[in-house]
Amino acid sequence: MTELLQYEFMRNALWACLLISINCGIIGTLVVVNRLVFLSGGIAHASYGGVGVALFCGLPPQLGAAGCAIAASMAMGMISLHAKHRSDTIIGVVWATGMAAGIVLVDLTPGYHVDLMSYLFGSILMVPGYMLWLMAGLDVFVVAWAFLFYRQIQAMSYDEEHAQVMGVPVQGLYFALLGLTALSVVMVIQAVGLILVIALLTVPAVIAEDFSRSLRAMMCWAVLLSMVFTMVGLVVSYFFDLTAGATIVLVAAAVFFIFRIILGMYKGWRARQ
Amino acid sequence: MENPLVAVHGVHFAYNSQPVLEDVHLQIRRGDFLAVLGPNGGGKTTLLKLILGILRPQKGTIRVFGLTPGKAARYVGYVPQHTNVHEVFPITVADVVCLGLLPHRSWWRGFIRSDEAAVRQALERVGMWKHRHQRIGRLSGGQRQRVLIARALVNEPELLFLDEPTASVDRQFQSEFYDLLKTLNASMTIAVVSHDLSVLSSHAKSVACVNKTLFYHDAAELTQGMLESTYHCPVELVTHGPLPHRVLKDHPCRHD
Repeated sequence: MTELLQYEFMRNALWACLLISINCGIIGTLVVVNRLVFLSGGIAHASYGGVGVALFCGLPPQLGAAGCAIAASMAMGMISLHAKHRSDTIIGVVWATGMAAGIVLVDLTPGYHVDLMSYLFGSILMVPGYMLWLMAGLDVFVVAWAFLFYRQIQAMSYDEEHAQVMGVPVQGLYFALLGLTALSVVMVIQAVGLILVIALLTVPAVIAEDFSRSLRAMMCWAVLLSMVFTMVGLVVSYFFDLTAGATIVLVAAAVFFIFRIILGMYKGWRARQ
Repeated sequence: MENPLVAVHGVHFAYNSQPVLEDVHLQIRRGDFLAVLGPNGGGKTTLLKLILGILRPQKGTIRVFGLTPGKAARYVGYVPQHTNVHEVFPITVADVVCLGLLPHRSWWRGFIRSDEAAVRQALERVGMWKHRHQRIGRLSGGQRQRVLIARALVNEPELLFLDEPTASVDRQFQSEFYDLLKTLNASMTIAVVSHDLSVLSSHAKSVACVNKTLFYHDAAELTQGMLESTYHCPVELVTHGPLPHRVLKDHPCRHD
């Protein structure tokens, strides 16, 4: 095990796991309880359009991805406010358009460019040092936001209309949540890629939901679970020479299914008592 | 005359150009106990949501305590239909009731000791104090409804809105509940939305019938005309006298 820590890329990857998990646990919890899972998927895929734009214009791809993710999240947020019944269709359209635009723009960019695969499946072993600082910065921001607005966030997530009647600025909070989700998605893409980002946002939160008595507890458990999944997945992928992102997601999924089966058996046993 | 707490003037509202409310006028005076009746889909809940500021009217004005709807949060309590609430949401009974205290807190502050006392009082009023540490999803529909009523009362509102409050409550609590409302009515103004006429036989002081348009009656009785134009069919009549009594129409309901 200690040999792992001798490599700088491995130390960086482990740090990235911890930093990503803090974000994943908090934002993932809110994504799950506010039913934004599909919207997050839309953000993740649309952000690839931003990667294409950035490469085409010679900008850093992360910047393009973040900008595009935020724009897509705001657009989808507006649409879900004004045309609730059509929102899933429109998210699907934005999802596909962003992705397609990204691929075509990368095609149009002359010369050699970073491969699509690292965006699709993540490249946690290639996280540069400065990226860790950006991740830490976003973590601090998300933690502070969730802490300061906890009551309002709780009120909105539990019963949006009642929160509105109680004078909570629901719309502002909703768009803040979408913006932070967009940034988190771009950050998590580093680890597991845009195809698997949904799994890392939702699986720890869904497991935590079952035994948490408050939103705060759910967030803390989700952070913890996410840390375990990402680190275990990373180490397993190293020893068996597998793709890190996919291994992380499989570890999370395995725990999820085992947990569900045990929970189901326990409930059945309780019912028979 | 004192200004009404709620003044609705010439309000129109439509969902996707499908008119739901047309030219609605309504005033709710201090101390009133208003029953808002009407068939399902007649616009009762929409009217309530307009007054609460959840929806905005396409035409007309609404004032609540002289303010635009939504600005009077600290004077208003709201018990929604329990259907729009998450079943698995991780929150305890006590924390749900705490949400009713939000208008009294600056946004960054936590809750304090006097809040605990307020939460306790509200939960005891509906007989749910012993369940305070339970997760809300573990409760039965009726128990959950009681918790939502406690959430509205914890705020000590001057104006209490209830949307189908007894829909999922057992019979026994239903009569207890109307007695509770009567006690509350001594210190607060109450508006109950219901498709169930039994609210009238309890303690309502005035009635509004809503079915796209609104008929207001300044006493807890319905006239034949109000009912027929609201429900489009003859309905049993309920009136208050020395003895509460019901007058039933003797011919069968006609559907048109």
